[in-house]
Amino acid sequence: MAVFANGILFEGVDTSDPNCWKIEAYQARGGYQALKKILTEGISQDDVIAELKTSSLRGRGGAGFPTGLKWSFMPRSFPGDKYVVCNTDEGEPGTFKDRDILRFNPHALIEGMIIAGYAMGAARGYNYIHGEIFAEYERFEEALDEARRAGFLGQNILGSTFSYELFAHHGYGAYICGEETALLESLEGKKGQPRFKPPFPASFGLYGKPTTINNTETFASVPYIITQGGQKFLELGKPNNGGTKLFSVSGHVNRPGNYEIPLGTPFAELLEMAGGMRGGKKLKAVIPGGSSAPVLPGDIMMQCTMDYDSIAKAGSMLGSGAVIVMNEDVCMVRALERLAYFYHEESCGQCTPCREGTGWLYRVIHRILNGEGRPEDLELLDSVGNNMAGRTICALADAAVFPVRSFTKHFRHEFEHLIEHKTPLVNHKWC
Amino acid sequence: MLSAESLAKIDREVAKYPADQKRSATMSALRIAQQEKGWLATETIEFVANYLGIPPVAAYEVATFYNMYDLKPVGKHKLTVCTNLPCALSGGYDAADYLKQKLGIDFGETSADGRFTLVEGECMGACGDAPVMLLNNHSMCSFMTREAIDKKLAELE
Ligand SMILES: Cc1cc2nc3c(=O)[nH]c(=O)nc-3n(C[C@H](O)[C@H](O)[C@H](O)COP(=O)(O)O)c2cc1C
Ligand code: SF4
Ligand code: FES
Repeated sequence: MAVFANGILFEGVDTSDPNCWKIEAYQARGGYQALKKILTEGISQDDVIAELKTSSLRGRGGAGFPTGLKWSFMPRSFPGDKYVVCNTDEGEPGTFKDRDILRFNPHALIEGMIIAGYAMGAARGYNYIHGEIFAEYERFEEALDEARRAGFLGQNILGSTFSYELFAHHGYGAYICGEETALLESLEGKKGQPRFKPPFPASFGLYGKPTTINNTETFASVPYIITQGGQKFLELGKPNNGGTKLFSVSGHVNRPGNYEIPLGTPFAELLEMAGGMRGGKKLKAVIPGGSSAPVLPGDIMMQCTMDYDSIAKAGSMLGSGAVIVMNEDVCMVRALERLAYFYHEESCGQCTPCREGTGWLYRVIHRILNGEGRPEDLELLDSVGNNMAGRTICALADAAVFPVRSFTKHFRHEFEHLIEHKTPLVNHKWC
Repeated sequence: MLSAESLAKIDREVAKYPADQKRSATMSALRIAQQEKGWLATETIEFVANYLGIPPVAAYEVATFYNMYDLKPVGKHKLTVCTNLPCALSGGYDAADYLKQKLGIDFGETSADGRFTLVEGECMGACGDAPVMLLNNHSMCSFMTREAIDKKLAELE
């Protein structure tokens, strides 16, 4: 799989070197300089957060929330325990960037999480790692040991008054644990069922204490912002969309992989970097931000640049940066049926509209696909969706509805054809 | 009930959490128990709960919620193949169909000789390596073409 570095997370990382993840290699690339700078120059918590605000770094886990603002919500002077939690529960179909951060540059994440602890007055952090990537969990544990031995974790880090511990927690197969409050429940050793919000984690998080949760890529971007300055990070991207970002490109391209490119890069360029369409086939559709993001027709995508604002304007979301590319041989009814099955399987079942609704969506799309669709089925999908979106504890219900709405909007004729003629318009080939 | 080695591993997990939050180690403790026993029998779950000092029902809830725990015996090798959309676009179903045909079993079944259990998986966060297959929950196998599947299965006793 291709890893293309042009930016900050994989800059200078030789992914073919089996030791590229080790602390010596990281320090040779300038690693831990940000932490040293903060602790030796006595940079204040406020200044760290101000630098993040300048950088315009936005959360890389899906929602794109400004990170500096999020960190400023933490009650820094609250005297009791506070926690920093990293979300490496990467399970959004199409997303595989955080795994590569753990594989090739885990110390960037560790350094980012230590800085987060300093800036928010937390003495403890946890990294929640997706159940299916056990080798990466073990590697991360080794990296933590290296950081402890080097004195970057533990008591009085680098001779300062700042002390911080960091641990890894291994998940065991539940997409919903990527939702931040489900993740906290899971960290507490419970079923991963999302909590009602408010209260938000910044006031009532892990073990009921103030907690900030960020995505792996978000934390791993922090050291660069500290050493190079928020302004420089911002200028790598475009206004309101600072920095470079990892895009996981999958599907019908010649070179699937992770591409680190400036936000604002044209989609057409990204597609070319990924080797273009496999077999020279025609581009049909792209899901630009993980399976929960609305699908866009290929011609609309070719007009977009890869940043939060451009993709939102086109009617979708940059989400986690998972770019799923589909060619002309894909029957969109079949593609949607597979996604609907996923959301039905992964609903945690707490809210009736989501538990029942995801099942309905799946069964109706399934029967359309099998030539048993009824004339009223497209309207039924609409009304089931309307009864789900925005009416549940967490956003999984919305995530299940977005694909249905967008597939049936942009590729309506394929659904209508199947309902009317009982056979698909497109002679489907997965690959 | 669990080996000294497994208990030592569980102790290492428990040490990661505040002293009054041992329950946080439930997931790892169950994983470690399953690694040793092959699957989680009710007695095993109860043993883990007692070891951590939590109510058995709390451990049971965790074991039933997360789908990598096996509450029934599985074959010696559990093969989980991802068929979610991104993998499907790069051969996920081909890999699954080939395994079904080669082992003579469907998803959710175990081969008659008890060697293999085949499971349909959801996205493992490794779609760039599609098709992917998870071996015994802990080992990710990438680019599982027919040849790669033949080779992998031949390696397993
Ligand atoms: C159903 C669902 C699944 C999610 N999965 C993930 C995930 O795998 N990784 C992640 O970082 N965020 C995921 N999120 C978003 C998190 O709730 C949260 O917004 C994010 O971790 C915050 O970090 P950020 O601000 O750095 O992006 C998910 C949200 C929902 C509703
Ligand atoms: S919306 Fe669905 S996944 Fe989210 S809490 Fe409700 S039932 Fe669970
Ligand atoms: S879709 Fe198979 S690993 Fe992501």
